[in-house]
Amino acid sequence: MTQLLQRLSEYRGEIITSIVETGVMMGNSLLAAILVGLPIGTLLHLARPGGPYPRRWLYRALNVYVNVVRSVPFLLFVVALIPFTRWLVGTSFGTTAASVPLAFVAAALYARFSEQTLLDVPEQTIELARSLGASPLQLVTRFLYSEARSGLVLSLTTVTISMVSYSTIMGVVGGGGVGDFAIRYGYQTYEYDLMYTTIAIMIVIVMLIQGAGTLLARSLDKRAR
Amino acid sequence: MIEFRHVTKTFSQGRSAVTALDGVDLTIGDHEMVGVVGESGSGKSTLLRLINHLEAPTSGTVLIDGEDLAALPARQQRIRRRGIGMVFQQFNLLANSTVHDNVAMPLRLQRRRDSETVMQMLDFVKMSRHRDKHPSQLSGGEKQRVAIARALATRPRILLCDEPTSALDSGHSEEVMATLREVRERFDTTIVLVSHELDVIKSSCDRAAVLEEGRLAALTEVSPPPPLRRYDSYAERAREFLA
Repeated sequence: MTQLLQRLSEYRGEIITSIVETGVMMGNSLLAAILVGLPIGTLLHLARPGGPYPRRWLYRALNVYVNVVRSVPFLLFVVALIPFTRWLVGTSFGTTAASVPLAFVAAALYARFSEQTLLDVPEQTIELARSLGASPLQLVTRFLYSEARSGLVLSLTTVTISMVSYSTIMGVVGGGGVGDFAIRYGYQTYEYDLMYTTIAIMIVIVMLIQGAGTLLARSLDKRAR
Repeated sequence: MIEFRHVTKTFSQGRSAVTALDGVDLTIGDHEMVGVVGESGSGKSTLLRLINHLEAPTSGTVLIDGEDLAALPARQQRIRRRGIGMVFQQFNLLANSTVHDNVAMPLRLQRRRDSETVMQMLDFVKMSRHRDKHPSQLSGGEKQRVAIARALATRPRILLCDEPTSALDSGHSEEVMATLREVRERFDTTIVLVSHELDVIKSSCDRAAVLEEGRLAALTEVSPPPPLRRYDSYAERAREFLA
């Protein structure tokens, strides 16, 4: 035990750096989820057949896009995206570059989740919005998001946690992060205790994220008490 | 004035078409309170939804003060719709918003912040002390009164009520109908009330349109019922009615 603590303090610098790197990748993917994924999910919801503003081709195009991003195996996706990443951020190596494929996946995941969450808003709410003469933007911001807000928070929590897991393989493009630390310093140097400790740290991170998400969602939900 | 001129509405269901309304002619004057009755599936809700253009007629025209909403661009339709209030069977309150914010919503959609009007409307339906509650904390009758306050917040000239008492027990139902009668007296609102409950129509309306399979089967004057005896409690009312 003391040995492990000693080694942990030896690697303190690396551990903190790796947590920061994971934080940067998470932050970028969440930003993408909210700024890109949520609008795509909302459009999918509005444009779906039988939705408030059915647009068949828009729905199909977005649907195909989301499915494609989600179905390519992630490691291949990261590699396949390298030319685009290089064009976008000027390099294909490092934490910022690693954020690019993560951002794509986070946006696609959250698009699907938010589309499904919005389906839980009762039809009557949309009827109400129409009867009050709400514009499409008002329908979304004042009615759909307001009524679905706890579900949207919960599904964003799920996306965040998936991203923690996805980010662990970003070592392949030099993204660093907690997962990369566990593999390089734990697994590859046969220091399994270090690896298991890192896994424990990740479990704690995930539990904290889930706890915070659940708590926030519960406080936002006024539907029944 | 609301005029239906030979209005037909069909819905396509898969390959077949269902006729909800079939050649309806009907005129509703200003400040009138008109009931629309019929069995379920007779087209009464469709008739109501044609008035604020939530549905477009398949043929014929619906005129509001001589204006055909179907002929207007979408944005204009939305603006006209704001002048027509609507009350629903399931109240359709926003569950995550407070009573106050629910009533304020129609004003906010017009970028108006008018807390005074909101409070006046809540006072009118006797719900101001519940302003900070959420709908899940209210009874059915209270929810419907909040929904009426919301419908009135923009001072509409027409109020459409779609089975406003059908989800309520009789005590709350009477309470909501009393509120609707007051709306008409106080604000001179034209009210169109859809219900399958004949006593609800009898208690409040001047005229009633009877629909049968999408056709206007009768248009009749309503004679007011004998004055209602007021009961202090449900138990008292039940005992007297059943004995």
